[in-house]
Amino acid sequence: MAETEIKNYNLNFGPQHPAAHGVLRMVLEMDGEVIDRADPHIGLLHRGTEKLIEHKTYVQAVPYFDRLDYVAPQNQEHAFVLAVEKLLGLEVPKRAQYLRVLFSEIGRELNHLLNVTSYAMDVGAMTPMLWGFEERERLMEFCERVSGARLHMAYYRPGGVAYDMPEGLAEDINDWAVHFVSVIDDLETLLTENRIFKQRTVDIGVITAEQCFDWGFTGPNLRASGVPWDLRKSQPYDAYAEMDFDLPIGKNGDCYDRYLVRMHEMRQSLRIIHQCLENMPDGPCKSEDHKVTPPAREAMKDSMEALIHHFKLFTEGFRVPAGETYTAVEAPKGEFGVYLVSDGTNKPYRCKIRAPGFAHLQAMDFLSKGHMLADVVANIGSVDVVFGEIDR
Amino acid sequence: MNIALQELNDYIANSLGEMLIEAEIRLDELIITVNRESIVDTLKFLRDDANCQFKQLMDVCGADYPEQEDRFCLIYNLLSMTHNFRVRVKIWTDESTPVASVTSVFSAAGWWERETWDMYGIYFSDHPDLRRILTDYGFEGHPLRKDFPLTGYVELRYDDEQKRVVYEPVKLTQEFRSFEFLSPWEGVQPLLPGDEKAEGQDADAPKEGA
Repeated sequence: MAETEIKNYNLNFGPQHPAAHGVLRMVLEMDGEVIDRADPHIGLLHRGTEKLIEHKTYVQAVPYFDRLDYVAPQNQEHAFVLAVEKLLGLEVPKRAQYLRVLFSEIGRELNHLLNVTSYAMDVGAMTPMLWGFEERERLMEFCERVSGARLHMAYYRPGGVAYDMPEGLAEDINDWAVHFVSVIDDLETLLTENRIFKQRTVDIGVITAEQCFDWGFTGPNLRASGVPWDLRKSQPYDAYAEMDFDLPIGKNGDCYDRYLVRMHEMRQSLRIIHQCLENMPDGPCKSEDHKVTPPAREAMKDSMEALIHHFKLFTEGFRVPAGETYTAVEAPKGEFGVYLVSDGTNKPYRCKIRAPGFAHLQAMDFLSKGHMLADVVANIGSVDVVFGEIDR
Repeated sequence: MNIALQELNDYIANSLGEMLIEAEIRLDELIITVNRESIVDTLKFLRDDANCQFKQLMDVCGADYPEQEDRFCLIYNLLSMTHNFRVRVKIWTDESTPVASVTSVFSAAGWWERETWDMYGIYFSDHPDLRRILTDYGFEGHPLRKDFPLTGYVELRYDDEQKRVVYEPVKLTQEFRSFEFLSPWEGVQPLLPGDEKAEGQDADAPKEGA
């Protein structure tokens, strides 16, 4: 038989592909249907967030963090306000800490619901998406009730949170959390033992713990490779030290384990949500230091000082002492860090955003090499990328 | 002050020897400044030494201080999961001096160095694939430099006649407004506007109302 020469060919995946989870353009060098090299081209959603933050006051910078990972906006804000508070040396009231933890966990549910279900859709299961989005809508209603915005909350502020919870919200979140267990169970009956789902995910995109370290993996992707590391446990911030929850870890570090870890994390998040609601202390929801947080609306009616504080905070903002910090939180996707440099003025001198997805997507070439084209889709879904945070 | 962190600080300072410029703890964070030439050796030591084990490179980023001779600061944030410590390694460089890439020590550095090159124009030698990453194909300039304007130089739109996207110089319908909100009440300057009148006639001072 005559030998025919088979040439490698390039395939453009995205940037308008539904399974690319946004605007990812990936140039795939393929040998038949096997991936030789994957070269993700990112930056199609680059908005210059870091540059813009350098030109805004500290409070004006908060909403930019919502627009990074827009799937779980509050967790990004969390990192930024913690960094600012560290530079300011500001104590945050207990109630504010609990509220932040509560909504960070709601953010985690939001993120995992989107990731797991859209990932299932990438590999062929339609129903989880429909169920998951119904729950996401409920959660976003809670966000709306507390902050006025479904998605981009701008709820966390240096010194606390913007508003206290309205009456009845705690009960409604509790009701939802009780009911949500059955939704997770339903999702699991559809996916966990599903033959097709397992065929598409088991032993796909395997990464060991050592390789995870090398590639800077964090969050569920790292835990799926068997490393029990979570910043909420190891470097607890806000009220996480008082929460009782477990860390699910995987064994094989493949796509299936990453899915399982996220499913279990949703259950653990529920535990934290219940604990927050039960133990929510009374008191103010933001710092009483009115050089940083705005005074109450009523106080402005008859207090000259409060009026001055309000005016100064919303024009000049507050000044942050010169210094620098790298503050990280356990965002749903992994370690979300903010490297913040202050030069003593009312605007950050430098604000570098360390997005977990950036490191995860970088390893796409490593994860996909030698796999089939269809497995690339499973890999992208399982490492959980959102382009808002990767492109910044 | 965290005693363990202080011990680690002393240990690293002793072990690095001549490579070290400065080691300090600020806000409970360990910051090490080293020679530009020894960044690869430093990171290798921090990764492999039993007392350090900073096995994860969390982040590489630049920062621009145009008033300094070595205007760029490169910041490497490392994490040790074994000892639960973070360390920040800094080196300084100028516009023309390349910095050795650390991709041989941490694979994760690849994209972060590309980003730093893209944003600041810091060149990394021995980098396997130093292309721009976040900006557009064919972009010119390094946007995070302090002398790069916020509004940029070019804008693009779809041209209906040419049936393609075209680049044009930025046209602002309104002048870019930079509000200076820093209050005059804090950090009083030695000379307030109008003070020169009290000092007698200053020939160079612009005359008000003239």
